[in-house]
Amino acid sequence: MKTMIQTQQLSKTFTLHNQGGIQLPILDKVNLTVEAGECVVLHGASGTGKSTLLRTLYANYLPSSGSILVHHKNTITDLATATSNQLLEVRRHVIGYVSQFLRVIPRVSTLDIVMQPLKERGVSNVDAQNQAKAMLKRLNVPEHLWSLAPGTFSGGEQQRVNIARSFIVDYPILLLDEPTASLDQKNADIVVKMIKEAQQKGAAIVGIFHDANTRNAVADRFFTMHGD
Amino acid sequence: MSAQPLLKVNQLSKLYAQNKGCENISFELYPGEVLGIVGESGSGKSTLLNCLSARLPPNTGDVLYLKNNSQWLNIYQLAENERRHLLRTEWGVVHQHARDGLRMNVSAGANIGERLMAVGERHYGDIRAKGMQWMADVELDTQRIDDKPSTYSGGMQQRLQIARNLVTHPKVIFMDEPTGGLDVSVQARLLDLLRTLVTDLKLAVIIVTHDLAVARLLAQRLIVMRHGQIIETGLTDQVLDDPQHAYTQLLVSSVLTP
Repeated sequence: MKTMIQTQQLSKTFTLHNQGGIQLPILDKVNLTVEAGECVVLHGASGTGKSTLLRTLYANYLPSSGSILVHHKNTITDLATATSNQLLEVRRHVIGYVSQFLRVIPRVSTLDIVMQPLKERGVSNVDAQNQAKAMLKRLNVPEHLWSLAPGTFSGGEQQRVNIARSFIVDYPILLLDEPTASLDQKNADIVVKMIKEAQQKGAAIVGIFHDANTRNAVADRFFTMHGD
Repeated sequence: MSAQPLLKVNQLSKLYAQNKGCENISFELYPGEVLGIVGESGSGKSTLLNCLSARLPPNTGDVLYLKNNSQWLNIYQLAENERRHLLRTEWGVVHQHARDGLRMNVSAGANIGERLMAVGERHYGDIRAKGMQWMADVELDTQRIDDKPSTYSGGMQQRLQIARNLVTHPKVIFMDEPTGGLDVSVQARLLDLLRTLVTDLKLAVIIVTHDLAVARLLAQRLIVMRHGQIIETGLTDQVLDDPQHAYTQLLVSSVLTP
């Protein structure tokens, strides 16, 4: 088995300077190792730091101490000490992140949003467009919406645009924060299938799923979090 | 992203009085990178941008630019004409007020053509054709190529300013509040345009803004300034979602979301 991402004694404490300097310890010495082709589901009650851990793995939150080792092409990068440019490089080529919310520039069309990760990797316009169309079709986003900006779409439609954009590139590591939260059963099943396909291609996956069916369908093992 | 930076800033200071201006600023900018500089009014953002863009000599420190991937130029040790040439060719400046960046009493076409002539273009037909092309690229009506910018709306002037800068295929663009003073629909359109241009042309951009939403959408990396100093820096989403410094936390938590 090949380790893809590993945390060592990872801790995260938030300090709220403008609220009396209160300290919120959320993660305490977390050791998590995820291998290639493995799907680990974070498990635990609300407030135990599942999302915090996921965001820290994406370098969206800054670790307070410990390390996050990302393995890629025979090099190991510690996200806790990497430079901004190294982090951007890792995000471009190694780690994909699906959040619950779609945050995009107003007015940009759905198709362009989905194409963007491919274009950033230097894929030609035509190829990127074809792949994006196939992805949107697979996720049942109606064709007449593709040229529109997703600002006015329903929650489920926005979430599928988000998923399309993240799965269009084969990231070796995928972080999923409730990717099926606002989807109906049919579309949730499609996403589960896509997650399994990514896994078969060797992706290491860490996810949060509140829906028990989805959770059991994708999880190889659970990583239980107790909070502090 | 390539390993070589395009711009290096070493311990740059320009102080008008204590805490007024910018002090001890160091960072690097890479090709194709968009760097945002945020902070409240008077935090030294614009002073820093002026120093970086060869328009305001600092008291101390250096700005180094890598020309043609081979030669490091120390901007403030260049002769005045070399520095001006750089500003008209490989660099571009987009001002907050379009009238600072445009010549208001000559036509839109001439505004774009002027920079082409600075790089040696002489054929009138070619200059006009390129002017037309760039007007179309920034979504301006090409029929208005002979109109003066003073007859344009604020959003159109801003796009003309961008076209004028991009026509010489610069490597670095400096922007001072490019969407300030525009209404939100025009602002969204301009952001979309900037983002497309940055991706397609592999431009490196330094953008000063007090609008954190603009910074989030455009910049990969952020520098937060206060009292002329850098107090925090990091990936844009990290700085905005998990700010470390008390002042940045205040800044982020003070934003109104409609």
